[in-house]
Amino acid sequence: MTPAVSLTDLAFRYTPTAPDVVQNITLDLPSRAVTAILGPNGSGKTTLLHLILGLLTPQQGRIALNGTQHTGYARREVSHILGLVPQEEPPAFNLNVLETVLLGRAPYLKLLQRPSERDYTTAFRSLEQVGIADLWARPVPALSGGERQLAVLARALTQEPDILLLDEPTSHLDVNNARQILSLMRDLRTQGKTIVFTTHDPNAAAATADYVVLMRQGRVLYAGTAHETLTGEHLSATYDVPIEVVRDHLGRLLVVVY
Amino acid sequence: MLLLTILLSLLLGRYPGPYFTPLATLRENALARTVVLNLRLPRILAAVFLGATLAAAGTTFQLIFRNPLVDAGFLGVSQGAAFGASLAIVFLGGTAAAVQGSAAAFAFVGLAASYLMAQRLRLGDWVLRLVMAGIGVSAFYAAGTGVIKYLADPLKQLPDITFWLLGGLWAITWRDILHILPVVAPALIIIYLMRWRLNLLALQDTTAFALGAVPGRERLVMLIAATAATAAVVSKAGQIGWVGLIVPHIARRVLGADAQLTVPGGMFIGALFVLGCDNLARTVLSGEIPLGILTSLIGALVFFSLLLRNDLELKKR
Repeated sequence: MTPAVSLTDLAFRYTPTAPDVVQNITLDLPSRAVTAILGPNGSGKTTLLHLILGLLTPQQGRIALNGTQHTGYARREVSHILGLVPQEEPPAFNLNVLETVLLGRAPYLKLLQRPSERDYTTAFRSLEQVGIADLWARPVPALSGGERQLAVLARALTQEPDILLLDEPTSHLDVNNARQILSLMRDLRTQGKTIVFTTHDPNAAAATADYVVLMRQGRVLYAGTAHETLTGEHLSATYDVPIEVVRDHLGRLLVVVY
Repeated sequence: MLLLTILLSLLLGRYPGPYFTPLATLRENALARTVVLNLRLPRILAAVFLGATLAAAGTTFQLIFRNPLVDAGFLGVSQGAAFGASLAIVFLGGTAAAVQGSAAAFAFVGLAASYLMAQRLRLGDWVLRLVMAGIGVSAFYAAGTGVIKYLADPLKQLPDITFWLLGGLWAITWRDILHILPVVAPALIIIYLMRWRLNLLALQDTTAFALGAVPGRERLVMLIAATAATAAVVSKAGQIGWVGLIVPHIARRVLGADAQLTVPGGMFIGALFVLGCDNLARTVLSGEIPLGILTSLIGALVFFSLLLRNDLELKKR
Protein backbone atom coordinates (compact mmCIF):
# COMPACT_ATOMS: atom_id res chain seq x y z
CA MET A 1 0.00 0.00 0.00
CA THR A 2 1.20 3.55 -0.70
CA PRO A 3 2.57 5.09 2.46
CA ALA A 4 0.40 7.92 3.86
CA VAL A 5 3.41 10.14 4.31
CA SER A 6 6.71 9.63 2.58
CA LEU A 7 9.79 11.70 3.48
CA THR A 8 12.93 11.65 1.36
CA ASP A 9 16.24 13.06 2.58
CA LEU A 10 14.46 15.84 4.48
CA ALA A 11 16.48 18.60 6.18
CA PHE A 12 15.34 21.81 7.84
CA ARG A 13 16.89 24.68 9.79
CA TYR A 14 15.06 27.75 11.09
CA THR A 15 17.66 30.31 9.94
CA PRO A 16 20.47 29.83 7.42
CA THR A 17 23.16 29.86 10.11
CA ALA A 18 21.31 27.75 12.69
CA PRO A 19 22.03 24.03 13.00
CA ASP A 20 19.67 21.57 11.32
CA VAL A 21 16.64 20.80 13.47
CA VAL A 22 15.72 17.95 11.14
CA GLN A 23 18.62 16.13 9.51
CA ASN A 24 18.42 13.92 6.43
CA ILE A 25 15.26 12.08 7.35
CA THR A 26 14.04 9.39 4.98
CA LEU A 27 10.92 7.72 6.27
CA ASP A 28 7.67 6.08 5.18
CA LEU A 29 4.67 6.32 7.52
CA PRO A 30 2.16 3.52 6.86
CA SER A 31 -1.40 4.26 5.81
CA ARG A 32 -4.33 3.32 8.09
CA ALA A 33 -2.08 2.79 11.09
CA VAL A 34 -1.22 4.64 14.28
CA THR A 35 2.33 5.97 14.15
CA ALA A 36 4.06 7.42 17.19
CA ILE A 37 6.94 9.81 16.71
CA LEU A 38 8.75 9.33 19.98
CA GLY A 39 11.72 11.17 21.38
CA PRO A 40 12.98 13.47 24.12
CA ASN A 41 12.01 17.15 24.28
CA GLY A 42 13.72 19.14 21.54
CA SER A 43 14.38 16.17 19.28
CA GLY A 44 12.59 17.80 16.33
CA LYS A 45 9.24 15.98 16.57
CA THR A 46 7.04 19.08 16.30
CA THR A 47 9.22 20.53 13.55
CA LEU A 48 8.80 17.28 11.61
CA LEU A 49 5.02 17.51 12.05
CA HIS A 50 5.01 21.13 10.83
CA LEU A 51 7.08 20.11 7.80
CA ILE A 52 4.58 17.39 6.91
CA LEU A 53 1.81 19.96 7.33
CA GLY A 54 3.57 22.38 4.97
CA LEU A 55 3.75 25.12 7.59
CA LEU A 56 7.53 24.98 7.27
CA THR A 57 9.35 24.54 3.97
CA PRO A 58 12.32 22.18 4.05
CA GLN A 59 15.68 23.40 2.74
CA GLN A 60 16.28 19.97 1.31
CA GLY A 61 14.34 16.84 0.49
CA ARG A 62 10.80 15.91 -0.54
CA ILE A 63 7.50 15.14 1.14
CA ALA A 64 4.75 13.07 -0.46
CA LEU A 65 1.21 12.64 0.84
CA ASN A 66 -0.64 9.51 -0.35
CA GLY A 67 1.99 9.14 -3.06
CA THR A 68 1.70 12.69 -4.46
CA GLN A 69 4.35 15.35 -3.88
CA HIS A 70 3.32 17.94 -1.29
CA THR A 71 4.17 20.73 -3.74
CA GLY A 72 1.63 19.27 -6.18
CA TYR A 73 -1.25 20.10 -3.85
CA ALA A 74 -2.97 23.46 -3.47
CA ARG A 75 -3.04 24.93 0.04
CA ARG A 76 -6.69 24.08 0.46
CA GLU A 77 -6.27 20.49 -0.81
CA VAL A 78 -3.64 19.78 1.84
CA SER A 79 -6.15 20.71 4.53
CA HIS A 80 -8.57 18.18 3.03
CA ILE A 81 -5.93 15.46 3.55
CA LEU A 82 -4.25 16.54 6.78
CA GLY A 83 -5.92 17.57 10.04
CA LEU A 84 -3.90 18.95 12.94
CA VAL A 85 -4.42 18.81 16.68
CA PRO A 86 -1.83 21.34 17.84
CA GLN A 87 0.15 21.00 21.01
CA GLU A 88 -1.40 23.82 22.92
CA GLU A 89 -4.07 26.19 21.79
CA PRO A 90 -4.95 29.21 23.88
CA PRO A 91 -8.71 29.64 23.42
CA ALA A 92 -9.50 32.75 21.41
CA PHE A 93 -12.42 34.66 22.90
CA ASN A 94 -15.48 32.82 24.09
CA LEU A 95 -16.47 30.77 21.06
CA ASN A 96 -18.61 27.85 22.14
CA VAL A 97 -17.72 24.24 21.38
CA LEU A 98 -19.86 23.92 18.26
CA GLU A 99 -18.63 27.25 16.83
CA THR A 100 -15.05 26.10 17.41
CA VAL A 101 -15.57 22.68 15.84
CA LEU A 102 -17.36 24.32 12.91
CA LEU A 103 -14.08 26.02 11.98
CA GLY A 104 -13.01 22.58 10.76
CA ARG A 105 -15.23 23.22 7.72
CA ALA A 106 -13.05 26.16 6.65
CA PRO A 107 -11.05 24.06 4.14
CA TYR A 108 -14.29 23.47 2.21
CA LEU A 109 -15.61 27.04 2.28
CA LYS A 110 -14.63 29.86 -0.03
CA LEU A 111 -13.32 33.15 1.29
CA LEU A 112 -16.72 34.84 1.54
CA GLN A 113 -18.73 31.70 2.20
CA ARG A 114 -20.29 30.94 5.54
CA PRO A 115 -21.08 27.50 6.95
CA SER A 116 -24.35 25.93 5.82
CA GLU A 117 -26.75 23.61 7.61
CA ARG A 118 -24.72 20.66 6.26
CA ASP A 119 -21.53 22.02 7.78
CA TYR A 120 -23.22 22.33 11.16
CA THR A 121 -24.37 18.71 10.84
CA THR A 122 -20.85 17.53 10.04
CA ALA A 123 -19.47 19.46 13.01
CA PHE A 124 -22.09 18.01 15.32
CA ARG A 125 -21.34 14.50 14.10
CA SER A 126 -17.66 14.99 14.98
CA LEU A 127 -18.70 16.05 18.47
CA GLU A 128 -20.72 12.86 18.81
CA GLN A 129 -17.75 10.87 17.54
CA VAL A 130 -15.49 12.12 20.34
CA GLY A 131 -18.32 11.90 22.88
CA ILE A 132 -18.84 15.54 23.88
CA ALA A 133 -21.98 16.38 21.91
CA ASP A 134 -23.73 17.37 25.13
CA LEU A 135 -21.15 20.13 25.66
CA TRP A 136 -21.83 21.81 22.30
CA ALA A 137 -23.10 25.10 23.75
CA ARG A 138 -20.39 25.53 26.40
CA PRO A 139 -17.78 28.26 25.87
CA VAL A 140 -14.42 26.64 25.13
CA PRO A 141 -12.55 28.56 27.88
CA ALA A 142 -14.92 27.00 30.42
CA LEU A 143 -13.95 23.42 29.43
CA SER A 144 -11.52 21.22 31.32
CA GLY A 145 -8.17 20.39 29.69
CA GLY A 146 -9.39 16.97 28.58
CA GLU A 147 -12.65 18.29 27.15
CA ARG A 148 -10.81 21.05 25.31
CA GLN A 149 -8.48 18.50 23.71
CA LEU A 150 -11.50 16.48 22.60
CA ALA A 151 -13.05 19.62 21.09
CA VAL A 152 -9.87 20.34 19.13
CA LEU A 153 -9.80 16.72 17.97
CA ALA A 154 -13.44 17.06 16.87
CA ARG A 155 -12.50 20.18 14.89
CA ALA A 156 -9.75 18.26 13.10
CA LEU A 157 -12.21 15.42 12.35
CA THR A 158 -14.62 17.96 10.88
CA GLN A 159 -12.00 18.58 8.20
CA GLU A 160 -12.68 14.95 7.14
CA PRO A 161 -8.96 14.33 6.64
CA ASP A 162 -7.33 11.00 5.69
CA ILE A 163 -4.43 11.73 7.99
CA LEU A 164 -4.63 13.17 11.49
CA LEU A 165 -1.53 14.77 12.97
CA LEU A 166 -1.58 15.14 16.75
CA ASP A 167 1.18 17.08 18.47
CA GLU A 168 1.73 15.79 22.03
CA PRO A 169 -1.99 15.04 22.41
CA THR A 170 -1.69 13.66 25.94
CA SER A 171 1.11 15.66 27.53
CA HIS A 172 -1.18 18.00 29.52
CA LEU A 173 -3.75 15.38 30.46
CA ASP A 174 -4.24 13.16 33.50
CA VAL A 175 -4.14 9.37 33.00
CA ASN A 176 -7.87 9.00 32.55
CA ASN A 177 -8.15 11.74 29.91
CA ALA A 178 -4.96 10.56 28.22
CA ARG A 179 -6.34 7.03 28.00
CA GLN A 180 -9.55 8.37 26.46
CA ILE A 181 -7.65 10.27 23.74
CA LEU A 182 -5.38 7.32 23.00
CA SER A 183 -8.29 4.87 22.69
CA LEU A 184 -10.10 7.35 20.42
CA MET A 185 -7.01 7.34 18.20
CA ARG A 186 -7.24 3.54 18.02
CA ASP A 187 -10.94 3.77 17.12
CA LEU A 188 -10.25 6.28 14.37
CA ARG A 189 -7.60 3.99 12.92
CA THR A 190 -10.15 1.18 12.85
CA GLN A 191 -12.42 3.53 10.89
CA GLY A 192 -9.70 3.90 8.26
CA LYS A 193 -7.86 7.04 9.32
CA THR A 194 -4.10 7.35 9.40
CA ILE A 195 -2.95 8.66 12.78
CA VAL A 196 0.44 10.27 13.37
CA PHE A 197 1.18 11.60 16.83
CA THR A 198 4.23 12.90 18.61
CA THR A 199 4.92 12.08 22.22
CA HIS A 200 7.79 12.10 24.67
CA ASP A 201 6.11 9.36 26.70
CA PRO A 202 7.23 5.86 25.62
CA ASN A 203 4.24 4.27 27.36
CA ALA A 204 1.78 6.34 25.31
CA ALA A 205 3.51 4.98 22.21
CA ALA A 206 3.57 1.43 23.57
CA ALA A 207 -0.14 1.53 24.42
CA THR A 208 -1.33 2.94 21.10
CA ALA A 209 1.06 2.76 18.18
CA ASP A 210 1.36 0.16 15.44
CA TYR A 211 4.44 1.86 14.12
CA VAL A 212 7.07 3.81 16.07
CA VAL A 213 9.70 6.31 14.98
CA LEU A 214 12.43 7.08 17.53
CA MET A 215 13.97 10.54 17.14
CA ARG A 216 16.91 12.17 18.78
CA GLN A 217 18.57 15.50 17.92
CA GLY A 218 16.78 15.84 14.60
CA ARG A 219 17.64 12.35 13.38
CA VAL A 220 15.63 9.16 13.14
CA LEU A 221 17.41 6.51 15.20
CA TYR A 222 14.99 3.63 14.64
CA ALA A 223 11.72 3.16 12.81
CA GLY A 224 9.53 0.09 12.51
CA THR A 225 6.65 -1.78 14.09
CA ALA A 226 6.09 -1.11 17.76
CA HIS A 227 7.37 -4.53 18.76
CA GLU A 228 10.58 -4.15 16.72
CA THR A 229 11.28 -0.60 17.78
CA LEU A 230 10.30 -0.41 21.43
CA THR A 231 13.17 -2.31 23.01
CA GLY A 232 15.16 -1.42 26.09
CA GLU A 233 18.28 -0.99 24.02
CA HIS A 234 16.68 1.40 21.49
CA LEU A 235 14.89 3.47 24.09
CA SER A 236 17.99 3.73 26.29
CA ALA A 237 19.93 5.08 23.31
CA THR A 238 17.13 7.54 22.51
CA TYR A 239 16.66 8.95 26.00
CA ASP A 240 20.17 8.50 27.45
CA VAL A 241 18.84 6.76 30.54
CA PRO A 242 18.60 3.05 31.34
CA ILE A 243 15.21 1.82 30.13
CA GLU A 244 13.75 -1.66 30.12
CA VAL A 245 10.72 -2.93 28.23
CA VAL A 246 8.67 -5.72 29.79
CA ARG A 247 5.49 -7.51 28.75
CA ASP A 248 2.48 -7.98 30.97
CA HIS A 249 0.41 -11.17 31.01
CA LEU A 250 -1.62 -9.94 28.02
CA GLY A 251 1.50 -9.37 25.94
CA ARG A 252 1.28 -5.56 26.18
CA LEU A 253 4.50 -3.59 26.29
CA LEU A 254 5.37 -1.70 29.45
CA VAL A 255 8.27 0.73 29.48
CA VAL A 256 10.15 1.01 32.75
CA VAL A 257 12.58 3.86 33.30
CA TYR A 258 15.27 3.39 35.94
CA MET B 1 -34.93 50.60 15.46
CA LEU B 2 -31.97 52.32 13.86
CA LEU B 3 -34.29 53.89 11.28
CA LEU B 4 -36.60 55.09 14.01
CA THR B 5 -33.71 56.62 15.90
CA ILE B 6 -32.54 58.33 12.72
CA LEU B 7 -36.01 59.80 12.13
CA LEU B 8 -36.27 60.91 15.71
CA SER B 9 -32.79 62.39 15.57
CA LEU B 10 -33.86 64.53 12.61
CA LEU B 11 -36.33 66.27 14.86
CA LEU B 12 -33.84 66.95 17.61
CA GLY B 13 -31.82 70.14 17.62
CA ARG B 14 -31.44 73.77 18.62
CA TYR B 15 -33.22 75.40 15.69
CA PRO B 16 -35.73 76.95 15.60
CA GLY B 17 -36.34 76.24 19.26
CA PRO B 18 -34.18 74.11 21.55
CA TYR B 19 -34.57 70.30 21.70
CA PHE B 20 -37.59 69.12 19.76
CA THR B 21 -38.65 70.38 16.34
CA PRO B 22 -42.36 69.69 15.75
CA LEU B 23 -43.38 68.48 12.28
CA ALA B 24 -45.70 71.45 11.89
CA THR B 25 -42.77 73.83 12.15
CA LEU B 26 -41.04 71.97 9.34
CA ARG B 27 -44.01 72.52 7.07
CA GLU B 28 -44.13 76.26 7.74
CA ASN B 29 -40.50 77.18 8.17
CA ALA B 30 -38.35 76.82 5.05
CA LEU B 31 -35.18 77.56 6.93
CA ALA B 32 -35.95 74.81 9.41
CA ARG B 33 -36.40 72.39 6.50
CA THR B 34 -33.03 73.39 5.13
CA VAL B 35 -31.47 72.86 8.53
CA VAL B 36 -32.98 69.41 8.81
CA LEU B 37 -32.16 68.22 5.28
CA ASN B 38 -28.78 69.83 4.67
CA LEU B 39 -27.28 69.98 8.13
CA ARG B 40 -28.94 67.42 10.35
CA LEU B 41 -29.47 64.59 7.87
CA PRO B 42 -25.87 64.38 6.60
CA ARG B 43 -24.64 64.72 10.15
CA ILE B 44 -26.87 61.90 11.31
CA LEU B 45 -25.74 59.68 8.46
CA ALA B 46 -22.14 60.52 9.29
CA ALA B 47 -22.74 59.50 12.92
CA VAL B 48 -24.22 56.20 11.74
CA PHE B 49 -21.28 55.50 9.43
CA LEU B 50 -18.80 56.61 12.07
CA GLY B 51 -20.26 54.33 14.72
CA ALA B 52 -20.63 51.35 12.40
CA THR B 53 -17.10 51.78 11.06
CA LEU B 54 -15.38 52.18 14.41
CA ALA B 55 -17.25 49.18 15.79
CA ALA B 56 -16.55 46.97 12.77
CA ALA B 57 -12.89 47.98 12.74
CA GLY B 58 -12.64 47.47 16.48
CA THR B 59 -14.14 43.99 16.22
CA THR B 60 -11.75 43.17 13.39
CA PHE B 61 -8.70 44.40 15.27
CA GLN B 62 -9.67 42.63 18.48
CA LEU B 63 -10.21 39.30 16.74
CA ILE B 64 -7.14 39.47 14.54
CA PHE B 65 -4.91 40.45 17.44
CA ARG B 66 -6.67 37.98 19.75
CA ASN B 67 -6.77 40.79 22.25
CA PRO B 68 -10.01 42.28 23.60
CA LEU B 69 -8.23 45.49 24.57
CA VAL B 70 -7.18 46.83 21.17
CA ASP B 71 -8.86 49.09 18.64
CA ALA B 72 -7.76 51.36 15.82
CA GLY B 73 -5.45 53.09 18.30
CA PHE B 74 -3.08 50.22 17.59
CA LEU B 75 -1.07 49.93 14.40
CA GLY B 76 -0.46 53.68 14.41
CA VAL B 77 -3.75 54.27 12.59
CA SER B 78 -5.42 56.76 14.95
CA GLN B 79 -2.20 58.45 15.98
CA GLY B 80 -1.19 58.65 12.32
CA ALA B 81 -4.44 60.36 11.46
CA ALA B 82 -3.99 62.81 14.36
CA PHE B 83 -0.46 63.60 13.27
CA GLY B 84 -1.53 64.08 9.66
CA ALA B 85 -4.37 66.40 10.63
CA SER B 86 -2.18 68.53 12.92
CA LEU B 87 0.48 68.72 10.24
CA ALA B 88 -2.07 69.91 7.69
CA ILE B 89 -3.51 72.54 10.07
CA VAL B 90 -0.10 74.05 10.80
CA PHE B 91 1.88 73.62 7.58
CA LEU B 92 -0.58 72.95 4.77
CA GLY B 93 -2.95 75.85 5.29
CA GLY B 94 -5.55 73.89 7.24
CA THR B 95 -8.14 73.57 4.47
CA ALA B 96 -10.63 70.77 4.93
CA ALA B 97 -9.25 68.79 2.00
CA ALA B 98 -5.69 69.07 3.29
CA VAL B 99 -6.66 67.94 6.78
CA GLN B 100 -8.63 64.97 5.49
CA GLY B 101 -6.09 63.89 2.91
CA SER B 102 -3.17 64.23 5.26
CA ALA B 103 -4.94 62.39 8.08
CA ALA B 104 -5.81 59.48 5.82
CA ALA B 105 -2.35 59.39 4.27
CA PHE B 106 -0.56 59.26 7.61
CA ALA B 107 -2.98 56.65 8.96
CA PHE B 108 -1.93 54.39 6.11
CA VAL B 109 1.72 55.28 6.58
CA GLY B 110 1.18 54.22 10.20
CA LEU B 111 -0.27 50.87 9.15
CA ALA B 112 2.48 50.31 6.58
CA ALA B 113 5.23 51.28 9.02
CA SER B 114 3.79 48.97 11.68
CA TYR B 115 3.53 46.14 9.19
CA LEU B 116 7.03 46.57 7.74
CA MET B 117 8.57 46.92 11.18
CA ALA B 118 6.71 43.83 12.39
CA GLN B 119 8.27 41.84 9.56
CA ARG B 120 11.74 42.76 10.80
CA LEU B 121 11.15 41.91 14.44
CA ARG B 122 12.44 38.55 15.52
CA LEU B 123 10.45 37.66 18.57
CA GLY B 124 7.06 36.25 19.35
CA ASP B 125 4.54 35.37 16.69
CA TRP B 126 3.13 37.65 14.01
CA VAL B 127 0.37 39.07 16.20
CA LEU B 128 2.70 40.09 19.02
CA ARG B 129 5.20 41.58 16.57
CA LEU B 130 2.54 43.67 14.86
CA VAL B 131 1.15 44.99 18.14
CA MET B 132 4.63 45.89 19.38
CA ALA B 133 5.48 47.64 16.13
CA GLY B 134 2.15 49.49 16.28
CA ILE B 135 2.87 50.75 19.79
CA GLY B 136 6.27 52.00 18.61
CA VAL B 137 4.84 53.77 15.58
CA SER B 138 2.04 55.32 17.67
CA ALA B 139 4.54 56.68 20.19
CA PHE B 140 6.56 58.16 17.35
CA TYR B 141 3.48 59.87 15.93
CA ALA B 142 2.39 61.12 19.35
CA ALA B 143 5.78 62.77 19.76
CA GLY B 144 5.43 64.32 16.29
CA THR B 145 1.96 65.64 17.13
CA GLY B 146 3.42 67.15 20.30
CA VAL B 147 6.13 68.94 18.33
CA ILE B 148 3.56 70.35 15.90
CA LYS B 149 1.35 71.57 18.75
CA TYR B 150 4.41 73.24 20.24
CA LEU B 151 5.17 74.98 16.96
CA ALA B 152 1.56 75.92 16.22
CA ASP B 153 0.30 79.48 16.44
CA PRO B 154 -1.42 79.42 19.86
CA LEU B 155 -4.18 81.81 18.78
CA LYS B 156 -5.12 80.54 15.35
CA GLN B 157 -3.85 77.00 14.82
CA LEU B 158 -3.68 75.42 18.26
CA PRO B 159 -7.46 75.70 18.86
CA ASP B 160 -8.07 74.02 15.49
CA ILE B 161 -5.77 71.15 16.35
CA THR B 162 -7.26 70.74 19.80
CA PHE B 163 -10.78 70.80 18.44
CA TRP B 164 -9.94 68.23 15.77
CA LEU B 165 -8.32 66.01 18.36
CA LEU B 166 -11.44 66.24 20.51
CA GLY B 167 -13.54 65.11 17.59
CA GLY B 168 -16.97 66.13 16.37
CA LEU B 169 -19.38 66.12 13.47
CA TRP B 170 -20.48 69.75 13.43
CA ALA B 171 -18.91 70.51 10.04
CA ILE B 172 -20.32 67.54 8.12
CA THR B 173 -22.07 68.30 4.84
CA TRP B 174 -23.42 66.16 2.01
CA ARG B 175 -20.10 66.57 0.25
CA ASP B 176 -18.27 64.95 3.17
CA ILE B 177 -20.63 62.00 3.04
CA LEU B 178 -19.88 61.58 -0.65
CA HIS B 179 -16.16 61.72 0.10
CA ILE B 180 -16.15 58.96 2.69
CA LEU B 181 -18.77 56.68 1.16
CA PRO B 182 -16.60 55.21 -1.64
CA VAL B 183 -14.08 54.07 0.98
CA VAL B 184 -16.30 53.21 3.91
CA ALA B 185 -18.99 51.27 2.04
CA PRO B 186 -16.70 48.74 0.28
CA ALA B 187 -14.55 48.30 3.39
CA LEU B 188 -17.56 47.58 5.58
CA ILE B 189 -18.96 45.22 2.97
CA ILE B 190 -15.67 43.27 2.89
CA ILE B 191 -15.61 42.98 6.67
CA TYR B 192 -19.27 41.99 6.71
CA LEU B 193 -18.89 39.32 4.04
CA MET B 194 -15.73 37.84 5.56
CA ARG B 195 -17.13 37.87 9.09
CA TRP B 196 -17.20 34.11 9.63
CA ARG B 197 -13.59 33.98 8.49
CA LEU B 198 -12.69 36.32 11.38
CA ASN B 199 -13.33 33.44 13.80
CA LEU B 200 -10.70 31.50 11.89
CA LEU B 201 -8.21 34.36 11.71
CA ALA B 202 -8.49 34.77 15.49
CA LEU B 203 -6.79 31.39 15.90
CA GLN B 204 -3.04 30.85 16.16
CA ASP B 205 -1.11 30.88 12.89
CA THR B 206 -0.43 27.13 13.04
CA THR B 207 -4.08 26.23 13.53
CA ALA B 208 -5.40 28.69 10.96
CA PHE B 209 -2.85 27.33 8.47
CA ALA B 210 -3.85 23.74 9.18
CA LEU B 211 -7.46 24.74 8.48
CA GLY B 212 -6.50 25.80 4.97
CA ALA B 213 -6.24 29.55 5.53
CA VAL B 214 -3.39 31.79 4.43
CA PRO B 215 -3.44 33.68 7.73
CA GLY B 216 -0.94 36.43 6.90
CA ARG B 217 -2.55 37.49 3.65
CA GLU B 218 -6.15 37.18 4.81
CA ARG B 219 -5.44 39.17 7.96
CA LEU B 220 -3.79 41.87 5.85
CA VAL B 221 -6.91 42.22 3.69
CA MET B 222 -9.07 42.63 6.78
CA LEU B 223 -6.63 45.09 8.36
CA ILE B 224 -6.48 47.24 5.22
CA ALA B 225 -10.26 47.32 5.01
CA ALA B 226 -10.59 48.27 8.69
CA THR B 227 -7.85 50.88 8.48
CA ALA B 228 -9.11 52.49 5.29
CA ALA B 229 -12.61 52.85 6.70
CA THR B 230 -11.31 54.16 10.03
CA ALA B 231 -8.99 56.66 8.36
CA ALA B 232 -11.83 57.93 6.18
CA VAL B 233 -14.29 58.54 9.01
CA VAL B 234 -11.65 59.81 11.44
CA SER B 235 -10.39 62.31 8.86
CA LYS B 236 -13.87 63.89 8.88
CA ALA B 237 -14.79 63.45 12.51
CA GLY B 238 -11.51 63.74 14.39
CA GLN B 239 -10.53 61.48 17.25
CA ILE B 240 -13.57 59.64 18.56
CA GLY B 241 -12.39 57.52 21.44
CA TRP B 242 -13.62 54.30 22.98
CA VAL B 243 -16.27 53.32 20.43
CA GLY B 244 -14.01 50.78 18.73
CA LEU B 245 -13.02 49.35 22.08
CA ILE B 246 -16.31 49.22 23.96
CA VAL B 247 -18.88 48.39 21.30
CA PRO B 248 -17.37 45.00 20.33
CA HIS B 249 -17.44 44.05 24.02
CA ILE B 250 -21.08 44.95 24.33
CA ALA B 251 -21.84 43.05 21.12
CA ARG B 252 -20.06 39.94 22.39
CA ARG B 253 -21.82 40.15 25.73
CA VAL B 254 -25.22 40.37 24.10
CA LEU B 255 -24.72 38.08 21.11
CA GLY B 256 -21.96 35.62 22.05
CA ALA B 257 -18.49 35.41 20.58
CA ASP B 258 -19.30 34.26 17.03
CA ALA B 259 -18.16 36.98 14.61
CA GLN B 260 -21.06 36.03 12.33
CA LEU B 261 -23.22 37.87 14.85
CA THR B 262 -20.84 40.30 16.53
CA VAL B 263 -19.82 42.04 13.29
CA PRO B 264 -23.30 43.11 12.17
CA GLY B 265 -24.46 43.44 15.79
CA GLY B 266 -21.47 45.61 16.64
CA MET B 267 -22.04 47.83 13.59
CA PHE B 268 -25.63 48.31 14.66
CA ILE B 269 -24.79 49.05 18.30
CA GLY B 270 -21.93 51.34 17.27
CA ALA B 271 -24.20 53.32 14.96
CA LEU B 272 -26.81 53.72 17.69
CA PHE B 273 -24.20 54.64 20.29
CA VAL B 274 -22.50 57.34 18.22
CA LEU B 275 -25.82 58.69 16.95
CA GLY B 276 -27.07 58.95 20.52
CA CYS B 277 -23.90 60.65 21.69
CA ASP B 278 -23.97 63.06 18.76
CA ASN B 279 -27.59 63.94 19.44
CA LEU B 280 -26.55 64.85 22.97
CA ALA B 281 -23.50 66.71 21.66
CA ARG B 282 -25.52 69.04 19.46
CA THR B 283 -28.68 69.37 21.52
CA VAL B 284 -27.95 69.60 25.21
CA LEU B 285 -26.08 72.88 25.30
CA SER B 286 -26.44 75.90 23.06
CA GLY B 287 -22.78 75.41 22.20
CA GLU B 288 -21.42 72.19 20.74
CA ILE B 289 -20.01 69.54 23.07
CA PRO B 290 -17.14 67.80 21.25
CA LEU B 291 -18.38 64.31 20.38
CA GLY B 292 -15.08 62.69 21.36
CA ILE B 293 -15.55 63.89 24.93
CA LEU B 294 -19.01 62.34 25.15
CA THR B 295 -18.06 58.99 23.62
CA SER B 296 -15.03 58.80 25.92
CA LEU B 297 -17.03 59.76 28.98
CA ILE B 298 -19.85 57.33 28.32
CA GLY B 299 -17.44 54.71 26.98
CA ALA B 300 -15.32 54.91 30.12
CA LEU B 301 -18.39 54.49 32.31
CA VAL B 302 -19.42 51.41 30.33
CA PHE B 303 -15.85 50.14 30.56
CA PHE B 304 -15.87 50.41 34.34
CA SER B 305 -19.18 48.63 34.59
CA LEU B 306 -17.75 45.84 32.38
CA LEU B 307 -14.65 45.65 34.58
CA LEU B 308 -16.73 45.42 37.74
CA ARG B 309 -18.70 42.47 36.39
CA ASN B 310 -16.96 39.33 37.57
CA ASP B 311 -17.57 37.34 34.39
CA LEU B 312 -15.09 39.42 32.42
CA GLU B 313 -13.93 37.92 29.17
CA LEU B 314 -10.26 38.43 29.97
CA LYS B 315 -10.43 35.85 32.69
CA LYS B 316 -9.23 32.39 31.69
CA ARG B 317 -7.33 33.59 28.67
